Amino acid sequence: MSKNLAEEYWKKNLKYLVILLSIWFTVSFGFGIILIDELNQIKIGGFKLGFWFAQQGSIYVFVTLIFIYIGLMNKLDKKYHSKK
Amino acid sequence: MDLQIWIWLMIGITFSLYIGIAIWSKAGSTKEFYVAGSGVSPIANGMATAADWMSAASFISMAGLISFMGYDGSVYLMGWTGGYVLLALLLAPYLRKFGKFTVPDFIGDRYYSDTARLVAVFCALIISFTYVAGQMRGVGLVFSRYLEVDINTGVVIGMAIVLFYAVLGGMKGITYTQVAQYCVLIFAFMVPAIFISMQMTGNPIPQLGFGSIGTDGVYLLEKLDGLSRDLGFHEYTTGSKSKLDVFFITAALMIGTAGLPHVIVRFFTVKKVSDARKSAGWALLFIAILYTTAPAIAVFARTNLIETVSEKKYDEMPVWFENWEKTGLLTFTDKNDDGLIQYVADPQLNELTIDRDIMVMANPEIAELPNWVIALLAAGALAAALSTAAGLLLVISSSVSHDLIKKIIKPDVSEKGELIAARVSAFFAVLLAGYFGINPPGFVAAVVALAFGLAAASFFPAIVMGIFYKRMNKEGAISGMVIGLLLMLFYMTKFKFGWFGGGTEDDWWFGISPEGFGTFAMLVNFIVSLIVCHLTKEPSKEVQDLVEKIRIPTIENS
Repeated sequence: MSKNLAEEYWKKNLKYLVILLSIWFTVSFGFGIILIDELNQIKIGGFKLGFWFAQQGSIYVFVTLIFIYIGLMNKLDKKYHSKK
Repeated sequence: MDLQIWIWLMIGITFSLYIGIAIWSKAGSTKEFYVAGSGVSPIANGMATAADWMSAASFISMAGLISFMGYDGSVYLMGWTGGYVLLALLLAPYLRKFGKFTVPDFIGDRYYSDTARLVAVFCALIISFTYVAGQMRGVGLVFSRYLEVDINTGVVIGMAIVLFYAVLGGMKGITYTQVAQYCVLIFAFMVPAIFISMQMTGNPIPQLGFGSIGTDGVYLLEKLDGLSRDLGFHEYTTGSKSKLDVFFITAALMIGTAGLPHVIVRFFTVKKVSDARKSAGWALLFIAILYTTAPAIAVFARTNLIETVSEKKYDEMPVWFENWEKTGLLTFTDKNDDGLIQYVADPQLNELTIDRDIMVMANPEIAELPNWVIALLAAGALAAALSTAAGLLLVISSSVSHDLIKKIIKPDVSEKGELIAARVSAFFAVLLAGYFGINPPGFVAAVVALAFGLAAASFFPAIVMGIFYKRMNKEGAISGMVIGLLLMLFYMTKFKFGWFGGGTEDDWWFGISPEGFGTFAMLVNFIVSLIVCHLTKEPSKEVQDLVEKIRIPTIENS
């Protein structure tokens, strides 16, 4: 793989990381801790929304984030290896 | 059938399964012993990681802790799952690309220094021993309750089993027994949860059940909030800890998860870089099944417990009450001599003390589930404790035989000699772990929680900067790890064991508890590393090229 391609690959990877980790931070530390009192005003079924994010929602999002990253990186790997 | 027969049957079947697998997957080379020959499929590795990861604390203590803490228990739920996102995105793929056997391998090569390697070995040993102590105590607890043997006998039986498959099979044996143990433990955890969810809400999915309407027409969580208020406890769905502390504890657990050597090393066992990412995804999915069920169990158990005991006659308590009283984990003193059980927040009036560790195990008995379910739970708890203990023992033994003997003390040791050294150190590690199981240093989850602080404060910054910051040099990484680890050890021993003058909650720095202090120590590690790194010379071209290389998966590797 040439130097340029490698750099491009790495930049793209970093971009994915920044986006996915922002979501990771928002659902757990954001919704589950910092904004909990505001979100608890909203109720879905028997759950207060902030409580739900802290004990359920954030975990579902975590799993989804990893699988999204797997998909994105598999595509990226393929693209760059075919260019090489 | 009698409960005791069911228990012997379940434990007998599962244990023979583990031993059978161990004989089938005997390790023949050091590569098989350390990383299972790097040929494990991503889904199998995901299951093994999940079992490795979910310890006696996750299985036995966590739902109980949440059940007493309510919202505050979220720190464990988010903390012990969110770390996998960090692992999959920031660590696992690159460490797999690097392609060696252990975490100190990476630190030693990336920071071109045996001092760095030694510091890493030391950190790995401290973390793993802190953690393994909790597992052995879990094994003893389960045996003493269910097999009606002495706790010490229980620990010895557990040791013999782990000894057998860890020493014989190494990582290969451990991996495939962990796959079996995952299946046992998740089945054992889910069956009672589904039963109880059906009983209490009519919904078979516990994750939805605890947000549903109970048999009396009120939302379960609302009812529990009400019961808690009436008895003087804080409301279940709101917390009593400060937001700052919750933030710090959650972060320490997440980052600690990503820095635990026995978890990281699991990603060395797959074939290629993309498989490392995939198995992190599978691992979290398998873990999430238990972690999203635990808060539901916590709510069911808490509600059930309050309704069964509160203001009820002591003489009319069900059999499980007496069984757990015998273990000393449940005690009742009739302070006002009215023959009723007052279970309230006020310590002057409260008459019932319940050890958090018994909530999950007593749950099926409280809900009057059939005997085979209770027996299954015992087998599941043992699977959880044994699988984690085995993973930790492997880290301890490879730290000694590979990182210390092969890499530092005697580099010319033969493959065969190294394999013998690995087995001998695994043997001594088991004995030491057994000692901790017999003389336990405190209750399971608290001890384990501190291991995370140590991992966060030492490894995480060194590994992340090793990958993402080419300029980081050995001086920076070593000083960061040493200061991070010492600071965390100081804070932990000061507030947990009363060393260095001890202290109470009021003396906590910025109101951060010892459990959350790992985050603070990690930040200090990052800052120290960066400052020292810029005062000293940058790493050589070869090292910087190594970093470039691990960032991109090659064709051969992908």
